[in-house]
Amino acid sequence: MRAPVSWIREYADLPADLSTDELARKLTALGLKLESLERPGAAITGPLVIGRVMTMESEPQKNGKTINWCTVDVGDANGTGDPQGIVCGAHNFAPGDLVVVVLPGGVLPGPPGSDGVEISARKTYGHVSAGMICSARELGLGDDHTGIIVLEPGSGEPGEDARPVLGFGEEVIEFEINPDRAYALSLRGVAREAAMGFHTSYTDPCRREVPAANGDGYPVRVEDAEGCPVFVARTVTGFDPRSPSPEWLRTRVRLAGMRPISLAVDVTNYVMLETGRPIHGYDSDKLQGAIVVRRAAPGERLTTLDGVDRELSTEDLVVCDDSGAIGLGGVMGGETTEMSDRTSTVVIEAAHWDPVSMFRTGKRHRLTSEAGKRNERGVDPTICQVAADRVAELLTTYGGGTVSPGVTVVGSPPSPSAITLPVGLSARVAGLPIADADVVSNLRAIGAEVSGVETLSVTPPPWRPDLRDPYDLVEEVVRIVGYDRVPSVIPVPPVGRGLTREQRLRRRIGRTLAGLGCVEVVSFPFVGDETFDALGLQADDVLRHAVRLSNPLSSEKPLYATTLLPGVLDAAARNLGRGATGVALFETGTVAFPTNRGAAPVYGVEWRPTEAELQKLFDAIPAQPLLLAAVLAGERERDGWWGDGRAADWTDAIEIVRGLASELGVDLEVRQTSRMPWHPSRCALVCIGDQEIGHAGELHPRVCRAYGLPRGSAVLEIDLDALMARTVEIPPAPIVSHQPLAKEDVALVVDATVPSSEVERALRAGAGELLESIRLFDVFTGPQIGDGKKSLAFALRFRAPDRTLTEAETGAARDAAVAAASSAVGAVQR
Amino acid sequence: MSGPNTDYDPVEVTALQAEQVTAMRDEALAAFAAAGDLAELKQARLDHAGDRSPLALANREIGALPPQARKEAGQRVGQARGAVSKALADRTAVLEAEAEERMLVEETVDVTLPVVRRPRGARHPLTLMSEYIADLFVAMGWEVAEGPVLEAEWLNFDALNLGPDHPARTMQDTFWTEPADDHLVLRTHTSPVQARTMLERTPPIYVICPGRVFRTDPFDATHSPMFHQVEGLVVDEGITMAHLKGSLDHFAARMFGEGITTRFRPSYFPFTEPSAEVDMVCFVCRGEVGAVDECRTCKGEGWIEWGGCGVVNPRVLAACGIDADRYRGFAFGMGIDRSFMFRSGAGDMRALFEGDVRFASAFGTDW
Repeated sequence: MRAPVSWIREYADLPADLSTDELARKLTALGLKLESLERPGAAITGPLVIGRVMTMESEPQKNGKTINWCTVDVGDANGTGDPQGIVCGAHNFAPGDLVVVVLPGGVLPGPPGSDGVEISARKTYGHVSAGMICSARELGLGDDHTGIIVLEPGSGEPGEDARPVLGFGEEVIEFEINPDRAYALSLRGVAREAAMGFHTSYTDPCRREVPAANGDGYPVRVEDAEGCPVFVARTVTGFDPRSPSPEWLRTRVRLAGMRPISLAVDVTNYVMLETGRPIHGYDSDKLQGAIVVRRAAPGERLTTLDGVDRELSTEDLVVCDDSGAIGLGGVMGGETTEMSDRTSTVVIEAAHWDPVSMFRTGKRHRLTSEAGKRNERGVDPTICQVAADRVAELLTTYGGGTVSPGVTVVGSPPSPSAITLPVGLSARVAGLPIADADVVSNLRAIGAEVSGVETLSVTPPPWRPDLRDPYDLVEEVVRIVGYDRVPSVIPVPPVGRGLTREQRLRRRIGRTLAGLGCVEVVSFPFVGDETFDALGLQADDVLRHAVRLSNPLSSEKPLYATTLLPGVLDAAARNLGRGATGVALFETGTVAFPTNRGAAPVYGVEWRPTEAELQKLFDAIPAQPLLLAAVLAGERERDGWWGDGRAADWTDAIEIVRGLASELGVDLEVRQTSRMPWHPSRCALVCIGDQEIGHAGELHPRVCRAYGLPRGSAVLEIDLDALMARTVEIPPAPIVSHQPLAKEDVALVVDATVPSSEVERALRAGAGELLESIRLFDVFTGPQIGDGKKSLAFALRFRAPDRTLTEAETGAARDAAVAAASSAVGAVQR
Repeated sequence: MSGPNTDYDPVEVTALQAEQVTAMRDEALAAFAAAGDLAELKQARLDHAGDRSPLALANREIGALPPQARKEAGQRVGQARGAVSKALADRTAVLEAEAEERMLVEETVDVTLPVVRRPRGARHPLTLMSEYIADLFVAMGWEVAEGPVLEAEWLNFDALNLGPDHPARTMQDTFWTEPADDHLVLRTHTSPVQARTMLERTPPIYVICPGRVFRTDPFDATHSPMFHQVEGLVVDEGITMAHLKGSLDHFAARMFGEGITTRFRPSYFPFTEPSAEVDMVCFVCRGEVGAVDECRTCKGEGWIEWGGCGVVNPRVLAACGIDADRYRGFAFGMGIDRSFMFRSGAGDMRALFEGDVRFASAFGTDW
């Protein structure tokens, strides 16, 4: 909402010396937030004058543009009195028009952030152009750059300063208006707040004597009184559609951010800005029969003023005549009855519409309009007659003709119901002493009727449909007292329990991954079929079964992620593309898997749903497990003066998984498997006991190519919820024996296909409880071992808790271990 | 060594004369002192302290002396030998120390050589910021509450007094899932965690809820379809707006420095009433005269918009089954990304979600 300060002052008797900054600050503190403060023309210096176009010659140019070579009468403003030669690229004017000219030496604002553009006489398109004919945008008057400003005839004489005509010297406050304060989408409302803020008198522009309803007005029938509780129609006849709007009105409309168009349009906009009540005008000659308000019929269509042919919903409120729908009530008029420059009889509609219906229609048809914005937030229903009368007055004042005596009023405004407010509630909510008298006076200041003492009965004013509950009134009282008076007191909660175990574990997982050299990334969880194709997933892969968004940002990525791998792979490729020689990334985050347990119910809000209802709600929400994904690509250890580095490979992925499990005290098992997007022969299935929690290994070469990653890149993805569930809070303390260590190394030959983990498991089982640790330290293949065989060398370490082990004891334990490996996997000691 | 020679004439054993012994000792000491390195000292040791050295030979002669002379000669030779061994040990220590000294010099390296065999990892600054915020509330006794990102429409909107036709729903551009009648959304704010918390716990409730949220915004320097919010919720007896102000003042001071306070401006959120926007004192110019007009951070306002807050609307308490006559609550919500950008001076939101390691690595693993 853009409010010219002089317009505010017309209704609020503000102190003459009050600065606009102060005014804006006060209104901001009251809840009308200052968005920007504009002083149109303040950045323009030098000669800015009214000019009259004398001649214009169209000259097509080689670059395809056509320019106009104009001579413009600028009076004596150029010092010579001779016509000024100016090249102009716009075409929306003709000789005789009054235009705004900046003469050489003048400075225009220029683009935002610039210091301004100084105008000088310069050679262009074969002429010396001495100045510029200005558009609204060039003057900082908004974004309109479709043509230059053409002033109304009689706006002034050539050579006169153009500033007063343009409204320069005015100040405009642009407010951000919250949806509950629709009343502030009018000068009436803004000025009321200003007067309240400075405790000065206020003149309500809607206080106006209006003629009583009679049966002589344009016939109107409202078939849906709920959707349209009030419909007022007035008629102006003999109106001259070519009459210009007075310059003051055009200026105000322009300063308020709307484009002056014609007297009829400007007046309806002006009255909407003044009162908050949207008005619609019909060309009476085009109306066929009585106006009817009803819901649209199935399949009914309407071409709205924006030229769009729309199929209507049976929930849409339409204004009709005998020809059918002629407007979307309260939202936008139709083309067939649009006022034109031949309209001489105008039917003025000022109607009150159901805000919910307005909201739905606007949303359904993706229509936003100044009228719709106000109607869906709620307008004072009592001012329809006032607004219509005001429009009729302005139209006849400036466009001639007469206001017909007929006054049609259908329906009556709903009356607001009283709210019961304990007088002390405001103070109790604010934590601030507020005198009972102040509660009452503040509520009266916003226009409410207040009665009662301890328990107040408060009837909100008709322009405040947002006030429904006691707490709504509390906000009014406290904002007028001043939010800045609320003291600062730290509440004292009961003893807290700190972070949950899972919250602590998540932090620990992040730190562990970082400690393993990985950098955390945060990616968008949006994927699509192409993402899954790049990962090489089969058509029936479970990961392709994803939650679909109905309004994705990109049609290529309409699905919510089921895996974090795409995000880390993209980020890895991006890093390498930016010159990194190697990258190790991780991400933790939730993914989603659709449930098949039905839709999420939408309950009422009057009371808490039952436990069973809540369970149904929670069950319908997709499972969203927390995953960890990591990728290692390119250099893992760097080359340097110390020697060679090392590229990341499948072992890094498995080392990270094992490192994490070890940090969390979880015993992992790793099994050989195949699963896209991993290399089919280099993929580890990561398990805890029998529970599969993820995969780690080398990325499939095809996937590496798809993402532009080096072959051999390593990736892992595991389910952290499952991992965390298997951790113990504090593990039992180990017994640290001080007895001497006994070492035994064994080399075992097994079939190449036997997983080392199985050999190790057998050795461990056979070695018995004297075994302290076991470590595979060498893998050897070669002719000495034989085809299809491999030799695994393990270091076994034995120790007893209470004595020095004898050679015989350790020897026996070693032999038992080897025997176990032999029987389990056919191992032969070398 | 020969056995005792009782017929031996001591007078003839000149080697055991005092002057002779002293001379042998002094020669040994001189030789040790003269040894310039451990090799020379080794030779000197063989010459003067070895089995064939004069003092060793002299020692051997003691047994040949008449018993009455043995004691004195023994003492004399013993003392000399003792002095020699000590001198040898001392000289050895000195020369070893010198040798080690030389070796250590020879082992000189250029410690300015860069050593980064494996670059270190880092956690994402938004993770760290979320934890930092959580910790400062946990320190006050609050707890951290969480909820899912894919959320029921009822929890994201209705339970928060945002009915299906509430104009405020258009303020938030929501990602909906298909089919629409599943009534699921990507949560547009962390506020559904408020509702969940009130549904699952009984007052007193003091929780902080950091989390990821989504709006259908394009991805550019100042917008992102995904960002992070932190929600605070308190429900207890006797809660007032003053408690809200106190909590936010504390929060602001811990985040942005002592002296950074907040101010409230009336605003509108369906789930709070009264509602307020929270501004904080600009942490750069602190609104100080002279500095504020030049300040680029707050654009000369002295205040920075930080978030929204208010008293929990009694309608929300009712939908969550909390006795609104007995309990009152407050809630607030801030952007974590925005707060982090303020703190770090990061100017482009895209840097947060691109995954460039150079960005996250600047922030380490914990704050």
